[in-house]
Amino acid sequence: MSITKKKSWNPPKIGRAQISSLEKLSEASGVSGNEDAVRKIVIDEIKAYADEYEIDALGNVLVTKRGSKKNLPRVMLAAHMDEVGFMLVHDEGEGLFRFDIVGGIDRRQIISKPVWVGKKRIPGVIAGKPIHLTTPKERSNVISVDTMRIDLGPGNSKKGKSGDWATFATKFMRQGQTLRGKALDDRVGVASLIELLKNAPPNIHLLAAFTVQEEVGLRGAKVAGYAINPDMAIVLECTPALDMPTWDGSENTLYRTKLNQGPAIYIADRATLPDPRLVRLLQETAEAYDIPYQLRQPGVVGGTDAGAIHLQRSGIPSISISVPARYLHTPASLIRLADWRNTLALVHTALSHITPNTLKGERQ
Amino acid sequence: MKETTDLLKKLIATAGLPGYETPVREIIEKAWGPLVDELKINRLGNLYGYVPGTGKEPRSSILIAAHMDAIGFMVTSIKDSFLHITQIGGIDPRILPGQMVTIHGRKDFPGMIIQPPAHTLPEGMQNGVVPLSDLLVETGLTAAQTSRQVRIGDLISFASTPIEIKGDLLAGHSMDNRASVVALTEALKLLKKRHHEWDVWAVATSQEEVTLGGAAVSSFDLRPTLAVVVDVTYAKGPGATAHLSYAMDKGPALGWGPNIHPKLFQAFEDLAEKLEIPNQKELMSRMSGTDAITMQVAAEGVPTMVISIPLRYMHTPYEIVHLKDITRTGRLLAEFICELDDKFMDTLRWDESEKGVRNSK
Amino acid sequence: MKSLIQKLVEIPGPSGYESQVREAVKDEVEPYVDEMQVDPLGNLITRKGSGGDKGLKVMLSAHLDEIGVMVSHVDKNGFARFTQLGTVFPRNTAGGRVRFLNGAHGVIGMEVPPSRSAVTTLNKMYIDLGVTSKKDCPVKVGDVAAFERTFQDLGKRMVSKAMDDRIGVAVLIETLKALKSTPHQVFGVFSVQEEVGVRGATTAAFGVNPDLGLAIDTTGVGDTPKSPRSDLALGKGPAIKIKDFGMISDPRVVAWIEAGAKRAKIPYQLDILIGGSTDARAIQLSRAGVPSSGISIPSRYIHSPSEMVDFDDVKNTIKLLVHLLSRPIKLQ
Repeated sequence: MSITKKKSWNPPKIGRAQISSLEKLSEASGVSGNEDAVRKIVIDEIKAYADEYEIDALGNVLVTKRGSKKNLPRVMLAAHMDEVGFMLVHDEGEGLFRFDIVGGIDRRQIISKPVWVGKKRIPGVIAGKPIHLTTPKERSNVISVDTMRIDLGPGNSKKGKSGDWATFATKFMRQGQTLRGKALDDRVGVASLIELLKNAPPNIHLLAAFTVQEEVGLRGAKVAGYAINPDMAIVLECTPALDMPTWDGSENTLYRTKLNQGPAIYIADRATLPDPRLVRLLQETAEAYDIPYQLRQPGVVGGTDAGAIHLQRSGIPSISISVPARYLHTPASLIRLADWRNTLALVHTALSHITPNTLKGERQ
Repeated sequence: MKETTDLLKKLIATAGLPGYETPVREIIEKAWGPLVDELKINRLGNLYGYVPGTGKEPRSSILIAAHMDAIGFMVTSIKDSFLHITQIGGIDPRILPGQMVTIHGRKDFPGMIIQPPAHTLPEGMQNGVVPLSDLLVETGLTAAQTSRQVRIGDLISFASTPIEIKGDLLAGHSMDNRASVVALTEALKLLKKRHHEWDVWAVATSQEEVTLGGAAVSSFDLRPTLAVVVDVTYAKGPGATAHLSYAMDKGPALGWGPNIHPKLFQAFEDLAEKLEIPNQKELMSRMSGTDAITMQVAAEGVPTMVISIPLRYMHTPYEIVHLKDITRTGRLLAEFICELDDKFMDTLRWDESEKGVRNSK
Repeated sequence: MKSLIQKLVEIPGPSGYESQVREAVKDEVEPYVDEMQVDPLGNLITRKGSGGDKGLKVMLSAHLDEIGVMVSHVDKNGFARFTQLGTVFPRNTAGGRVRFLNGAHGVIGMEVPPSRSAVTTLNKMYIDLGVTSKKDCPVKVGDVAAFERTFQDLGKRMVSKAMDDRIGVAVLIETLKALKSTPHQVFGVFSVQEEVGVRGATTAAFGVNPDLGLAIDTTGVGDTPKSPRSDLALGKGPAIKIKDFGMISDPRVVAWIEAGAKRAKIPYQLDILIGGSTDARAIQLSRAGVPSSGISIPSRYIHSPSEMVDFDDVKNTIKLLVHLLSRPIKLQ
């Protein structure tokens, strides 16, 4: 395979409309198992562009956008709709609720944060304790989630109930070239996938899966991959950039990705060893079109929907590509506009270069 | 109630470790035989009982499942009259010293788990927890008899005998999940007298305690329209987390969380309220810890529900259940099945879905 | 056969990068099988025999991949940081050498731990390729290496890197060669990505859709000074899998293997592996479920660069497999 730049090149752009779509997605509540609000936005956006769509048994939105003729490569693109968050599990009265954490959230980062609870997004706070009432010994220990409560305010105890989900209540914000919001993991992937459906290249059948329950075990992607049974799959993700200075000034060797260095192409994570032919497709496309990119540091941490998809049926060649983001799974993550723009451009351009020969021969 | 108690007592008196469910499966076959049209054994050892519905073909089907396997031990090494063992399923080694067990050797015979004296244990274990790898099973036989009767890979189960406790309670081992097998049986009995449109597959699953494998393959094998998993949950009592445990004799706990289709939960809760069957809501914020984990994501995915019977002291030799919770679970299952018609799947449509859009396979 | 084993163990093929091993296996088995294909993940799936009325589809799986490393960062002085492909034990690693698929060589070093007794992690280790800057470093992020250690024939025993599971691959090749006729369809599967979570066998089993599954792999022993407790030993015959960390074998399959070994007068051992699992786990849970177990070659020092097996065990495993596959199978 070798990619030659096409004369006319017009990848979809990120403009005001796309940013405002991301804003809407980021602010929607969609904790794993309760993706309804995100699903609604997705369906409203893609309805006019899809040849067909359906919602499956788990709540995945599966969309078909056919190419220009019959026998074209069937390419699955996946982005997960769910986010990490909380579930109220016990009503203590007076508007106070015990809660569970859903997905991987560092419990040191949740105290004293505002939350939105339930479908009606009732505002609440994760209660904190005044410093005056703590002992020095207490202050050296991590605060246990067992002692924390979500407080909806006395008198509002009827506004929430056990089983309601809650998310960080973080408004989306643009600050120059930076976008900040909750749940950018993976609403930025969802936003990109919506754009790809709106600008689908004609040389492939594009099979989009907006998946559920990624944060609790790649569950939606498993059934979506099985049902779609594509020739190959590309997962659009958002991955940590751990590119901060180290405490002793030594070289940071475990940054995973770096902000502003372009889309991060996966070569190995906990769940997948991506197909090398797809790694080359993305790398060679980026090089031919001068799109900046980086390799996500390989390692045994982190897994994407590709981990479930590539194991379906007789095997589905798969890869993931991410917009790097700082502070994932905290109240606010942060991405650079250029990284998003370049990710969308790279994926769209690579798709336009897929032919029946892309996966010819054996994996190597 | 006597019939129910007797079946449960017989089930818990019978071995059925993961992968070795044959003895307990044979009891279930006998119990289900008169209640179903067909019994089949799947390649992984699941038992399928089929009851056809009366609706027009092609009929939808509901899978109701309870795992029949129970935790236990396996012999890893034999030293004189003693056996080294490993666990099958999650067991706290701290409850084991002094427990009576049944050794399933060339024939079944009694043994007991012993904590060896301090000087025979590794340094540092004298006053602390003795891990399972250093506990032994005393066979009571001579070394020569032991080597004739036992070999590596033999199974061991708890030997606690059932205790009937006043107030419809039963204590014993393997209530997890034989109590639910009885609930399924109760449902099949009720269905025998009732009219239902949908096909019913009652499944006693294998290997839940190790891989959730029986559930995964049965859901793939049968491709049901809906699946309901019946298992046990933590009852309020000593050792249970106060806010995540459920009262005994207050009816089945209806699961809520990512493993459960929210509309299916709603349908069950509405029906239980309508029929005045006591019920509780069980919060399963992440995975349910049941067969539903794999059943829900088999093939293209199956809308799944979890119903749990509250049980005290899970995975110990004396688990306690309330028999009324078992019969209530059976009744709720049967009533739910009788409600299913060709319109039911439309009620599971996700809110965001518009008319005309397919919402399931 | 020893030369085949030597050839196989010396080819680098970490998880996900098995193509060189796959090519070597293809050359070996092609004349002895009826059909051969490579699936999308890279599994080599061969078929021998067309089965009859009573024949079964039997899947035998030996994994091509071995543990290895992948570069995750090259620092300004040219040291390459790395991550593992499969479970690499730091204690077996420092001072060892690696060979990259691109031919570069390096030695593994480690940051001095804070105390003598401190256990290090792979994040504190690096590969020294003998260069002084990032610019001169012959490898980059994503490059893959296998451990470098030559094969040694100690007579009764053999030692090398990657015996796990090239010895299983050799056994499967020799079994296919020696199997003159079979009433079954024997699917010899040379699987990929076992060391990262039995991934290849998952998709291969789906494709083959077998009636019976066996993993041909290595298993740990308890016959060395202060080893983990296990009754298994080198030289006492193939180990029949009863249970491992990831699965419980189908007792009917265990009984079938055991009866075969007794009939053919082949020594055997019963295997309960407390840590680790094999391709049998993936096969067992495929589709509607597959009765599965495994036959393992006892091995010392698994996941070190010097894994040791006994030649008699190897020969007996082949003999056992050929015996089992030559006659009808009835599970009961």
